[in-house]
Amino acid sequence: MKKVYVNEEWCLACHLCEYYCAAANSGAENMIKAFANGNKPIPRIRVEEGSKINFAVQCRHCDDPICVKSCITGALSKKDGIISCDETRCVGCYTCVLTCPYGCIVTSENSKVIQKCDLCLKNNNGDPACVKGCPNKAIVLEER
Amino acid sequence: MKKYVIIGNSAAAIGAVQGIRSVDTEGMITVISDEPYHTYSRPLISYWLEGKVVDEKIYYREPDFYEKNNVMTMFGVRATAIGGGYVTLDNGGKVAYDKLLIATGSKPFVPPMKGLDTVDYFTFMNWDSAKAIKEKVKENTKVLIIGAGLIGLKAAEALYHLNADITVVDLADRILPSILDVRAGQIMQKHIEDKGTKIILGASVEEFSGNTAKLTNGDTVDFEILIVAVGVRPNTELVADAGGKVEKGIVTDLQQQTTIPDVYAAGDCTLSHDSSSDSEKILALLPNAFMQGEIAGKNMAGQMCLYLNAIPMNAIGFYGLHIITAGSYEGEEYVTEDAEKERYKKLIFKDGKLKGFILMGDVDRAGIYTSIIREQIPLSDVDVELLKDHPQMMLFGKARRDEKLAGKIG
Amino acid sequence: MALNYFQPLFEVIRDKDRCIKCQACARQCSNEVHKYDAELDMMISDSQTCVDCQRCVTICPTRALKITENNNQFRTNANWSQQTMTEVYRQAESGGVLLSSMGNPKPYPVYWDKILLNASQVTNPPIDPLREPMESRVFLGKKPRNVSFNEDGSVNTKVTPTLELSTPIMFSAMSYGSISRNAHESLARAATELGIYYNTGEGGLHKDFYQYGPNTIVQVASGRFGVFKDYLETGAAIEIKMGQGAKPGIGGHLPGQKILEDVSRTRMIPMGTDAISPAPHHDIYSIEDLRQLVYSLKEATEYKKPVIVKIAAVHNVAAIASGIARSGADIIAIDGYRGGTGAAPTRIRDNVGIPIELALASVDQRLRDEGIRNEVSVVVAGSIRSSSDVVKAIALGADAVYIGTAALLALGCHLCRTCHTGKCNWGIATQRDDLVKRLNPEIGYKRLVNLVHAWDHEIKEMMGGMGINSIEALRGNRLMLRGIGLTDKELEILGIQHAGQ
Repeated sequence: MKKVYVNEEWCLACHLCEYYCAAANSGAENMIKAFANGNKPIPRIRVEEGSKINFAVQCRHCDDPICVKSCITGALSKKDGIISCDETRCVGCYTCVLTCPYGCIVTSENSKVIQKCDLCLKNNNGDPACVKGCPNKAIVLEER
Repeated sequence: MKKYVIIGNSAAAIGAVQGIRSVDTEGMITVISDEPYHTYSRPLISYWLEGKVVDEKIYYREPDFYEKNNVMTMFGVRATAIGGGYVTLDNGGKVAYDKLLIATGSKPFVPPMKGLDTVDYFTFMNWDSAKAIKEKVKENTKVLIIGAGLIGLKAAEALYHLNADITVVDLADRILPSILDVRAGQIMQKHIEDKGTKIILGASVEEFSGNTAKLTNGDTVDFEILIVAVGVRPNTELVADAGGKVEKGIVTDLQQQTTIPDVYAAGDCTLSHDSSSDSEKILALLPNAFMQGEIAGKNMAGQMCLYLNAIPMNAIGFYGLHIITAGSYEGEEYVTEDAEKERYKKLIFKDGKLKGFILMGDVDRAGIYTSIIREQIPLSDVDVELLKDHPQMMLFGKARRDEKLAGKIG
Repeated sequence: MALNYFQPLFEVIRDKDRCIKCQACARQCSNEVHKYDAELDMMISDSQTCVDCQRCVTICPTRALKITENNNQFRTNANWSQQTMTEVYRQAESGGVLLSSMGNPKPYPVYWDKILLNASQVTNPPIDPLREPMESRVFLGKKPRNVSFNEDGSVNTKVTPTLELSTPIMFSAMSYGSISRNAHESLARAATELGIYYNTGEGGLHKDFYQYGPNTIVQVASGRFGVFKDYLETGAAIEIKMGQGAKPGIGGHLPGQKILEDVSRTRMIPMGTDAISPAPHHDIYSIEDLRQLVYSLKEATEYKKPVIVKIAAVHNVAAIASGIARSGADIIAIDGYRGGTGAAPTRIRDNVGIPIELALASVDQRLRDEGIRNEVSVVVAGSIRSSSDVVKAIALGADAVYIGTAALLALGCHLCRTCHTGKCNWGIATQRDDLVKRLNPEIGYKRLVNLVHAWDHEIKEMMGGMGINSIEALRGNRLMLRGIGLTDKELEILGIQHAGQ
């Protein structure tokens, strides 16, 4: 099972992963459209910047996912190694935000429900946009 | 082939089914519930009442859940006694078990109030209660809710969306005392009051007469719907009657086994060990119920495992303002507040550890705090300044980041 | 009012319809050209400090940026070009020497582009490298004059140490200090994977890279930085640097602020001190002195390693090469005037030295005439830009080539020629940690491997077309070359005929 890993040694904090992620998950045809008219689609990955170290964090797709266990509606589930959210069932109670140890469940004011990384399963045939867009191999999708 | 019987059909019961099936795919599982429904999510009843969740979406698991997990269901019957390897049902039937799980949850507590017997009142604990309220409520219906706790205010929020005229009365001097401190309570109270819901604190009902409640502070409140939501009590009778140890809730060991052999218990009816305050508590929250149930199920199926790291935790929102809290609130406090933006943060430190937190408004990434409390990570292992600033993975050392984010172990 | 305003050289053009204000350009520009203005919610560019390195253009996710030359123009003057005038203004302002980086950009003739290759037709068949054996492997070092055998038929001839290359390409000397650690690692790993060599330059060898020793040429230059026993023993060959194509006749100067902890340890000089390479080796004033150094190094490494002597291509290069061939050196490296540099005085870079094509032709001819061509291998450098340049160089008489600029391009360099500022946005010519990490060696080394593999394929294609199946058979085979648009004198020096002859 391939997973996304972060090489913090190589993260440049360019934040491009966030933009590629947001655009890919926005449903828009391309990045320009996704951000047109002041739109700010929310990325499901986020870059943390330090004085010397930076890295991107997104869902780890845990083996024993506490978010799935915590979900009060059954919207979160894990299938074929990927944790995804059925947005028609999520009510935005944020119990998963409460329990995710990585802070990877994304909330936004313009969306009542949560959003999370599903490794671009729904929008890019499981070819994560962040990995593709990273200019320095700081995010990799690998079998380990 | 082992016979598993589960009494109850909510989060703990479903956790147990999944726990059993992760170990034993053969054994026979029977789920007994006095409610006639496919498993549904109790916290969703307020969303359902509000209309945000439709019938098909209130269910906690997919329609084919029982079928897929090869579970026999007995719905609409009540277990009246356990013992001697049998569960006795109210229809006279008996169900034999090798391993039994009590996942009976809790029931509303209705204190004696003068004249209460003369009026119709509702509680707000299950789908049927929500359905009954929904039938009666219309625009501008006057609703009186007794209790400004989680259940009372969740009911208030739902009814607010239905444009009811709501008054909430509570004897305490603040709202949500079980999860909020005084200041956070004030911010939330203002937020709710600004939406038009009336809140009367420090008062209780002196007497009901007709559709009017006379309060101890002298006020009178007219109502068309009365909801009593002052608290809950665990359903412990089955275990108590069978001679099992019961304190504030059913007592279990870390494998979720009661003091009666082969009888397990999980969920809101049990006591848990709160590791943040090192005390026994009823942790009436869905994630806790599910995880306890899962652990119970695994143990029932023969895989030894322990339920550890339980803490109180809550994610809840009222009238659009989110709160996430966890742990215990005794210790040194670090507080920041931006009342304008309805943002409040309190971190509680004790014994060199983060013990609890309250986040209101900005709850982003709160789980990082929760994990620090649950795993009891010493502050010496984290960057406390970053921790105080906001939850982030940067606050951990490189070793943990390498393990958690970069897949490097050791 | 001070009269010191210089128009920016470039103009940053942002397509506002495409820009999504992601700020990647702002975050990635070490020259601080781009800035996000929160009040205006706009990206703002100040072209003044732009060096046209193309980093922002490359990473912009919506392709909203382009950089053009600024068309602000002084009054046209065929004698006083705008650049010349600007340089006068700059010097009038600063009183200083003008500095530049990378190779000579002036429009001197490029002889590679005036030489054409032959191909077989009818009378001798071309070879298809995908179907038939084709040898691009070469050995660098002395070749024995003759071979003798023992009575049992075994070879009796003693062969001096050589370098074996899978393809006749090596990475030029670029010091740790002038380029980053990650650039070095990329070169080292690529050389190892390719079965070729990279060159430490005069900056010593970082301890982490000793593992690549079998594919490393260690350099001994006039500053002797980082030279000690382990260093010499670790390399596969030792190169004595007498000169560099970009700045013949002068030394080097790495400013103290670039001598940080790692560079200091590797160069074996105190942190923060300027690293000054003198113009001459102070112990070499003659071929005889050079011979002493060659043999000192051979002695120190028990005659196990070939010694290279590298010189800049200058006017009397043939005579110098002849001397070097007699000094005991195994390989002569000649660096043409287009060779790159991390920093050089502009006037030197642009006006000193000669083209490598002419230098190579005359050196090869001179060594042949003197019957000592097999005493040494000849490696040429100083702007080998493509596989066809490699093939032409070999046909002119080279044994192999060094590539420096082309290798840096593979790593991302866009030849903005501001290496000397130390703010390389591509993480190559810088020691700033935040910039160095932009070059991930994992990516860098693969791109170098790709480049050399691609060239190797092309070299084989071109050789096959000529009906030649080994580098050996191509070397010095000037019949395979024809000049175009060259004077008789140029043709005479190159030793080739004109196209059509």
